[in-house]
Order: sequence, then C-alpha cells, then structure tokens
Amino acid sequence: MSPDLLKLIFGRLSIDSLPLHEPILVGTFVMVALGGAALLGGLTYFRLWGYLWREWFTSVDHKRIGIMYMILGIVMLLRGFADALMMRAQQALAFGGSEGFLPSHHYDQVFTAHGVIMIFFVAMPLVTGLMNFVVPLQIGARDVSFPFLNNFSFWMTVGGAVLVMASLFIGEFARTGWLAYPPLSNIGYSPDVGVDYYIWGLQVAGVGTTLSGINLICTIVKLRCPGMTMMKMPVFTWTALCTNILIVASFPVLTVVLALLTLDRYVGTNFFTNDFGGSPMMYVNLIWIWGHPEVYILVLPAFGIFSEVTSTFSGKRLFGYTSMVYATVVITILSYLVWLHHFFTMGSGASVNSFFGITTMIISIPTGAKMFNWLFTMYRGRIRFELPMLWTIAFMLTFVLGGMTGVLLAVPPADFVLHNSLFLIAHFHNVIIGGVVFGAFAGINYWFPKAFGFKLDPFWGKLSFWFWVTGFYLAFMPLYVLGLMGVTRRLRVFDDPSLQIWFVIAAIGAGLVFLGILSMLMQFAVSFLKREQLKDVTGDPWDARTLEWATSSPPPDYNFAFTPVVHDNDAWWDMKKRGYHRPLTGFKPIHMPSSTGTGVILAGLATAMGFGLIWYIWWLAAVSFIAMLAVGIGHTFNYHRDFDIPADDVIRAEDARTKLLAGAK
Amino acid sequence: MTVAVNPSQTGEPVFYLADEHPHPEGYSTSLGFWIYLMSDCLIFAMLFAAFGVLGANYAAGPAPKDLFELPLVAVNTSMLLLSSITYGFAMLTMQQNKTAQTQMWLAITGLFGLAFIGIELSEFTHMIYEGATPQRSAFLSAFFTLVGTHGLHVSCGLIWLVTLMVQVWKFGLIEANRRRLMCLSMFWHFLDVVWIGVFTFVYLLGVLR
Amino acid sequence: MSRLKILALLPLAVALSGCNYVVLAPAGDIAAQQRDLVIISTVLMLLIVVPVMALTVLFAWRYRQSNISARYEPEWDHSTSLELVIWSAPLLIIICLGALTWMGTHLLDPYRTLGRIKAEHAVDQSKAPLEVDVVALDWKWLFIYPDYGIATVNDLAAPVDRPINFRITASSVMNSFYIPALAGQIYAMPGMETKLHAVVNHTGTYRGFSANYSGAGFSGMHFNFQGLDDKGFDAWIASAKSAGGSLGRAEYLQLEKPSQNEPVHRYGTIDSDLYRLILNMCVETGKMCQSEMMAIDAKGGNGHEGLNNTLPLAYDKYARRGTVFGPEPTFVAGTCTPDAPQGKTTASITAPVDTAPLLGAGLKRPTFAPLKSSSFFLGLRPKSDS
Repeated sequence: MSPDLLKLIFGRLSIDSLPLHEPILVGTFVMVALGGAALLGGLTYFRLWGYLWREWFTSVDHKRIGIMYMILGIVMLLRGFADALMMRAQQALAFGGSEGFLPSHHYDQVFTAHGVIMIFFVAMPLVTGLMNFVVPLQIGARDVSFPFLNNFSFWMTVGGAVLVMASLFIGEFARTGWLAYPPLSNIGYSPDVGVDYYIWGLQVAGVGTTLSGINLICTIVKLRCPGMTMMKMPVFTWTALCTNILIVASFPVLTVVLALLTLDRYVGTNFFTNDFGGSPMMYVNLIWIWGHPEVYILVLPAFGIFSEVTSTFSGKRLFGYTSMVYATVVITILSYLVWLHHFFTMGSGASVNSFFGITTMIISIPTGAKMFNWLFTMYRGRIRFELPMLWTIAFMLTFVLGGMTGVLLAVPPADFVLHNSLFLIAHFHNVIIGGVVFGAFAGINYWFPKAFGFKLDPFWGKLSFWFWVTGFYLAFMPLYVLGLMGVTRRLRVFDDPSLQIWFVIAAIGAGLVFLGILSMLMQFAVSFLKREQLKDVTGDPWDARTLEWATSSPPPDYNFAFTPVVHDNDAWWDMKKRGYHRPLTGFKPIHMPSSTGTGVILAGLATAMGFGLIWYIWWLAAVSFIAMLAVGIGHTFNYHRDFDIPADDVIRAEDARTKLLAGAK
Repeated sequence: MTVAVNPSQTGEPVFYLADEHPHPEGYSTSLGFWIYLMSDCLIFAMLFAAFGVLGANYAAGPAPKDLFELPLVAVNTSMLLLSSITYGFAMLTMQQNKTAQTQMWLAITGLFGLAFIGIELSEFTHMIYEGATPQRSAFLSAFFTLVGTHGLHVSCGLIWLVTLMVQVWKFGLIEANRRRLMCLSMFWHFLDVVWIGVFTFVYLLGVLR
Repeated sequence: MSRLKILALLPLAVALSGCNYVVLAPAGDIAAQQRDLVIISTVLMLLIVVPVMALTVLFAWRYRQSNISARYEPEWDHSTSLELVIWSAPLLIIICLGALTWMGTHLLDPYRTLGRIKAEHAVDQSKAPLEVDVVALDWKWLFIYPDYGIATVNDLAAPVDRPINFRITASSVMNSFYIPALAGQIYAMPGMETKLHAVVNHTGTYRGFSANYSGAGFSGMHFNFQGLDDKGFDAWIASAKSAGGSLGRAEYLQLEKPSQNEPVHRYGTIDSDLYRLILNMCVETGKMCQSEMMAIDAKGGNGHEGLNNTLPLAYDKYARRGTVFGPEPTFVAGTCTPDAPQGKTTASITAPVDTAPLLGAGLKRPTFAPLKSSSFFLGLRPKSDS
C-alpha cells in the first residue's frame, strides 16, 4: 500500500507507535492482556455477558451505576498506584550518578499519568459513585432526575478512562505534568500524541461529569420526599448538592480551556503560544479557575461522609447541623475566589497575591468549624470503633496537618520558598489521601452492607486501614522534610546523596500503602466468601440515622415501596424512635425508567471519535461523530422510556423482606 | 412485628405516603435544562474572557476596524433577533394547539437561523480569503473561536429544530414534544442573548477600539 | 521523664544534623525573612491544630462504647456558646495570619527594591546593586552580567551583602528560578520578564535550579550559586573575562538549542543588546521584536498590510510544526524592521527547513537501552543524548 493510503487509513498511527522498545511496558501489556483474556474468557464461559449487559451496563438504576463508578475508581486506583510505586522506586534509586530505571521519556509520562488518573479516574469516580448510590436513597427518591443521562455520564467517564489507558500501549501519554501547562503542552514542544490523549480523555470524561452534576442537582432539588426541607437534608446530601453545583460551575471552564489548547494544537490558533500575541499565563489562570473548585468537588462529599459516620457511630445527633451546612456553602462560594494561590510565583504583584492568600486562609475558618463539629459530635457519645469510624478518626488527625500546611502555603512569601517543592506534594497528598481517599474508604465500608446486603470483613479491613495509615505517614512525612531541604517536584535524578534516605523511607511507605490496597482487595474477596456470616437482613446494620437505612439491603429496584415522609433531619432515627411500622399491605405498581443501551453506544462512539482525533484518523472521527448524532437523534424518537413494576412484584419483594425480618428477630 | 395500620387513622405521625402520585414525566426537565444553559453560559463567559485578554493582540496584523463590516453584522443580528420573535410566535401557536401554524413558524425560525449561519460563514470565508485567518493573531483566534462557537450552537439548534419538526409532524403536539419545544425555545433565546453580547463587545466595541 | 524525652529526640537530632534544611537555614536575608514567616505561621496554626488533635484522641478514647461511666447525651446537638467559640477561634487566628500575610507579602514582594541587606543593616544607597539577567534555556541557565560584560552558563556568583537585581526570562517554556538559600522563586517565562531582588549574606556555594517542570532535561537544570566576598567576586569576574569566548546572537542561537546536563561555560564578552533581544524573542535576524509588535498593536495593528507578513513574528510556532490545519507562514521580502533598516537581512532569513515534527522539545526520541546492571550499581551515569 502506498504511504498516502496508509496515512489516510491510520493517520499517524504506525507500528512505531507501539512502545515495543520499552521492556516495562511490554511486560505490563503481556500481564494486562493475559488478565484481560482470562476475565473475558471467564465471562464467556460462565455466560455472564447477557447478564452484565442487561442488568448492569444498560441499567439506569442509580444504585448499579453508583456501584459501577466505584468499580471503575478502584480499578483505576490500581493503575494510578502502579505509577506511584514506579515514581517512588525511581526517586529512591536515582542517586549518586545512577539514572534509576526510568528514562525521562517514560518517567515524565508516569508522573503525568499518575496525577491525571488519580484525580479524574479514581477520586472523581469514587466520589460520584458514592453520591450516585446514596443521594437518591437518602432523600427518599426512586431514582435520579434523568436516569438515562446518568448511565450515559458513567459510560463517558469510562470512555475517558479507556483513552488514558490506551495511551499506555498505543503511543504515549503526555509528558507535561497533570495540568499540561503551555507552552510545553503546545504543539511546538509536545508534538506527539501524549497531550492529545490527555485532552480527549479529559474532554470525553468531562462531558460525563458535567451531565452527572446537572443530574444530581436536579435530583436533590426536585425529588426530595415530602417533609424533607433543605434544612432537613442529611449533611451528605448537602455536600453532594454543593459539590455538584461546583461541578456544573467549574467543569465548563475545563472544557473551554482544553478546547482552546486543542485549537492551538490542531488548528494553529494563538491562545497559549509564545508568539503572535498568545498568552500562556491565561491557560494557567483558566485551568486553576477550574482546578481549585475541583479540590472541593472531591473533598466536600468526603466531609459529608464523615458527618454521617461520626454521628452514626457516636450514636448521637450531628453537632451543629446548621453551622455545618453554612460552612459547606461558604466553602463552595469561597472556592472560586482562591485560584491564584496556585501561582503566586508568576509575578502578580503583592496586592493581588495577598488578596488571594487571605481568601484562601478564610476557607480554613469554615473547615475548622466543621472539624470542631465532628469533634463535638463525638463528645458525650458512645463511639463504636467500626471501620468507617476508624477511617474518620484517621482523617481528623491527618487532615488537620494537611490543612495547616495548606494555610502555610497560602502565605505568599512562604509559598515562594515552598512552591512546587516536595513540601507541596506532601501537602496535597495529605489532604487528598487524608481527606478524599480516607473518606471514600469510610464511605465504602459504611455503605457496602447497604449495597450488597453483607458487611465487609473487619479483620482485613483493619489490616488495610493500618497499612494505609502508617504507609501514608511514612510516604509523605519525608516529603515534607525534603521540601524544607529545598527539593523540588518531578525530578528524576538527584546529586545529593544525603537525600536518599528520605526517598527510601517514602518508598517503604508507598510499599505499605500497596499492602493496604492488597488487603482491601482481600477484604472484598473474603467478605464475599463469608457473605453468609456477615449477612445483614435488617437493612440497618449500624443502627444508623438517615433514610437509606430504612429500606432493605440491597434495596429493591424501586428503593422504597412507599415514598417516605420525613419529620427530622435524622429521619430514620426519628422513625425508629417514634415507633414506625413498615407497611405490609396496600402496595401499588411503581413507575420506573427502563434500561437502555444508548448510553453505552454513544459513549463508545465518543471514545472512538477521540481516538480518531488523537491519531489524526479523520475518517474514524467523522464517522463516529455522525453516528453519534444519528444515535442521539434516534434516541429522542423513543417516547416510551419507562414502565410500571407490577404491584405483584412489589408484594413479592416486600413479603420476602418481611419474612427475613421475622427470621432475624 | 405488628400489622401496619393506615397511619392517618390512629393519630401516629405519618412516615410514608400510602397513596402517592408519581412525579409527572419531565418533572425536572426545565430545571435541568436551565442548569445546562448556565453551564453553557459559563463556556461563553470563558470565551468572552479569552477575547477580553487577547482581543487587542493583533500581532502587527489587522485590527477589528480593518476587518469588520458592521452593516453586514447588523443584518446578521437582525436575522437572529427575528428568528427569536418567530420562535415566540411558534410557542404562542403551540399554546393554542395549532400544529400547522406552529410548524410554519418553526420553519420560518429555521430559515432565519440558516440565513444567520449563511451570513456568518460568508463573513468568515471572506476574512480567511483575505488572510485574516484564526492563525494570524491571538485576536483573530479569540474572535473566530467565540463567534464560531456561537455559530456552532446555532447550527446545533437548527439540527434540533428540524428533529423537533419531524417529531411534531409524526406525533403531534403531545406533552413530550411541547416540553422539548420549550427547551429549544430557552436554548434559542439564550443564543440570542449571547449574540447581543458578541455584537456589543466584539463588533461594536472592537470597531470603536 | 526528661531524659526519656531527650532519648526520643535523638533519632530526630541525628536526622537533622545530617541534612541541609536550606529553607529553614538560608544564607540570604529575603529567604531568612520568608523562613521566619513560615515558622511564625506554623506556630500560630499549631495553637489550634494541637488542641484539635489532642481533643480528637481524648474524645475518641473517653467516649468509646465500652466506657459506660462517660456521659452519653444522644440528643445534645447544639450550643450557641460553643458554636461561637468554634467559629471565632479559627477566625482570630486567621485575622492575625491575614495581617502578617498582607505585610509580609508586600515587604517581601520580589519586585520590591531591597531596603535592607540584613536585620538592622540598611542598603547603602551609594553603591549600585549587582544586575544579573537570567535566561532559562532548554535545559540550562544563562546568566548575563551587563555591568561586567560577561555571561555564564550554569554558574552564578554574587558578592556578599550587595543587593542583586535579577531580571528573568526564558527562551521556550516556563521554568522557575529558585535558589533556596538566597530567596524565594519566581517563574521564568518566554517573552516576559519577571524580577527578583535579593541579597546573600554569607559566603558559600548554594544550589539553584528550575522549580517548574520544563521537559526531558529538567532534572539536570541546576547550577551553583556562589556567595563571594568582594575580592573573590572580582577574581571570579576576572576569570570569566579571561575565559575568552564571546556570546553574540549567533552563539546564543547555538546555545539555545536543547541540551541536557550542560557543564559550566563562561563568556568573556557579550553582545550588550542580547538580553533585550532574547526577552523580545528576536535574536534571530529578521524577527520582529515583541516590543515593536506590541507598539504596533497599541496603535491599532498594521492593518491589511501586516496580514501576510507572519514569518518575522513566528518564534517557536514556525512552520506550524505538526499542526494539521492552518497556512504556512509567509513573509514580505522587503519589510524594514529596526534590526534590518534596509530590509536586507530578511532575504537571508534562515527559515527552518525541516518541518517534520520534532520529538520532545527538540530532541530525538531517546534510544533507551536498559541500563547494564554493572553501570547501574557502579553508579555510572550513561552519556546524555545530546
């Protein structure tokens, strides 16, 4: 075939694009291929494809979508953490003239991919998954406002993740750092596909995130059950509302800034170029206008989880509900007024810098108030140290440290000496691991019995907890120290041998965290095997307080046979206290949305379009785009998107539960 | 476990709705669409901001006063404004359940929209033919992106409009179609408002600058 | 008890003694004041962080489920006085910290001319400060001493107790100019100038580097900064002068090309206009300087006449390397620029011939051979690509 024809068909994709010269990647590919083949073979052998397609992939049930988000987050955590281990190993080895084991071409991709994956494809899915699963149950709704959109959003997130993962074996990922600052990320300095993978991966996933944000706002605003006024919403629902408002009000900014970078790279416009009047500084501003709210998008739901957990396991009302809510709202608003603290060193001038420094510090006031609220929820309680509570206490002790170093970094003169140093790395891992990750794990341990009907095994859970916590401190306290020694981030090799010991300690810490992750996987496996022992038939294994515990575990498709009526912000606690009797008769058919495969198809086409654009395979991009339009429009011609669950089915499900409950007594 | 009684009879607090009415279909749609529009508004806000930052960086090339033909843009603006009015008529006739008239007004709206896109495209081709391409300067990049994004939105609106006309033709002015027409109406007027911003800040102030 | 405490501190002391906490023990007055601010802020915040941590542990222990003797008040969820305390305590601390921040940020603004060289030593206004122009290149640092007519690569020196005025720019991508012992960092960006005012108070050799990732050679982009006494500095200047070598526009264009782990060079003579040309991205002959372009833009652009004259403007985007759409840059052969008054040099513009996409920032794809285990363990660094 002629080269022109090949170029027409494959764009810039060629056999050279496969990283056959990198033994680490070839090895990984073989492992992944074998694992993948085993998984696919297993699914085929056990004839699970039909079941998965019908009951999960095409499901519009918010609970199943939530669970799928969690699975995506955990799978991507493994990838992101593999990157972390490689970085820690490289930095621990590359001393005294040794180059370590990663060349810069590979190492620079690893730290970029680590950041991108951990934020977009681990933290975001974990947080979105928990919100998706919990919020409709907590507000007594049957599903989200736009169930189809929910399914579509999930698959778009998967599409983004697929593109990022594809970059591992086809071509390469960006070598720019996770925010891809131009001019480095512009076509002149990064002409390869790496940044294009970055752009299209995030754009595809970003559409999903924005839509899911709109969806959850509508759900919370419109679908609360009778009696649940705004000030009677559970705190997790409040934080979810604020987070989704942040998502809707910040992700479009990311969409635009990436689109402008795309135009610079594909069309040759001059938004962020050095010449022709472009301004790279504008990129830095715009991306942080999205980037800072993003931090709160992640951490606010974690705050919500801790609020639920603290109150439940202290057997006590949440202290200062109102101030908790106002604190959340204040954080939401302030998070838009601080973005410049990420680049005090760009030369903005003292007045601008101090303005943004002080607004940043002000955020610590509501955050501090929250901390005290949790503290005084524990005060005069009866604290049960179950796994979710352990994670919460670890969070409280860890997060204050991260908060403190965060405020320190908000003092511009201090930032001038600590900016971009390992101190900064330690700080944001301290808040993201100590806040978001611990929160997600508390949430997983807390709501797992609700999702699957059995608790998670406490032994492996505690093992995982201690590995994570000690591993975290071992891995990141040395980085604080190194930051004070003036060691900067993203370095691949070091000259000063006295630093090595700290990197070795950090690597050991990362190893412990790895054991923590393995223990967590073991915890899932062991709990599954011991599911009969760990079974919960009451639907309320923790003696909890909010509405999601009023229904069975796992909840039926319709969540609640009758829409609950709420009188108190600890609705379920109130119901238990005032002698609520579960209705046993009078069931009616329940109106529910039907499953649809359109979301999977649309997201698949979007991913194919992204791939085509990344590799300049124009026909693929055009065909997928047109197909996407056609499928999307075709979908709107389907006016029958819901069905009724017959009353008989409801009676059957509810009677089964009545029997279970009687058996438990 | 005791047998449940109908709670309202015993004076116990009511903990569930024994007799509920499900939310009507499309109960959240208008709120959802509003929130979507606000997120879209943010996209335009960012593009305006980019234009604000880069709008005077001509890179020793042409400035707005060298490029823009205000009379043409004024005609273009009137096309879009008229299309908003005719969409309003379509909504009025929809309220009166006059399918044929609704379709007619929708068609007229579409024609105005097409005219708008046509004029915009001819303006773009003329500029590009002259050499004032988006690659020439940061000002032109920001200009083409802002105006082009608006044009892209109008084009999407046109595709949506045609789809809806087909749906109204096939299924009539049923509740779902009314809701959709309402959403498109909000979208269309939103684009109108954005265009007023474009016309003022990009064209008028650009020429004055 | 106290002996036990000392024992507990021992490992910490060992760890501390072996390391160089340069951020906490700097050699320059600005960095020292920044260090002070770090410490004061930390102490201020510890005022609230320590009680919170202590209370967390205390409450968790005291109100554990098995401790039946502790009070249990499941309905207690509000206390106005307590709420006042938990909002006002952080608020008070933030007010103090905010005041400190406002003052500190203005006093330590890198653009601010120094008022003192160290505590209680005002700047001697009769002596001129040392001017240094800094250029971040791919992946090395160029330092130009305009007053002495010399330049160095990856080697910086300054006399003790004499204020230094840095003017900082970059040639291609964003870097950050940072000498922890001297003063806080500031970004170095192409086509733009940032400033840093600092002073070194103790003689010695300190590390400087880029603190913002800039591509493949980033790890090797460091230099030594020497604080010298006046005599030593004069000797250093003299040795640079005697090093021969001259840095003009042509040499700069060579130097600018990407290279990794660059050794120290010195240039005895320089083109005195070089820094201005670098800053304005017009070292290459025939390029229009940014300052000129901005002056034209401020007057309303060049109109249609300027439309096709794009090659003089193209800097790193020339040939639109790798871009799929968009025209090739063109130029008008007879344009006059201040650098080429007769429009002559434009004819000899060396437009890049190779329009193939560059890999990385101007580097070939690294041919990575797995390290031989012997070199790995013997600590031999393989030769860099360049």
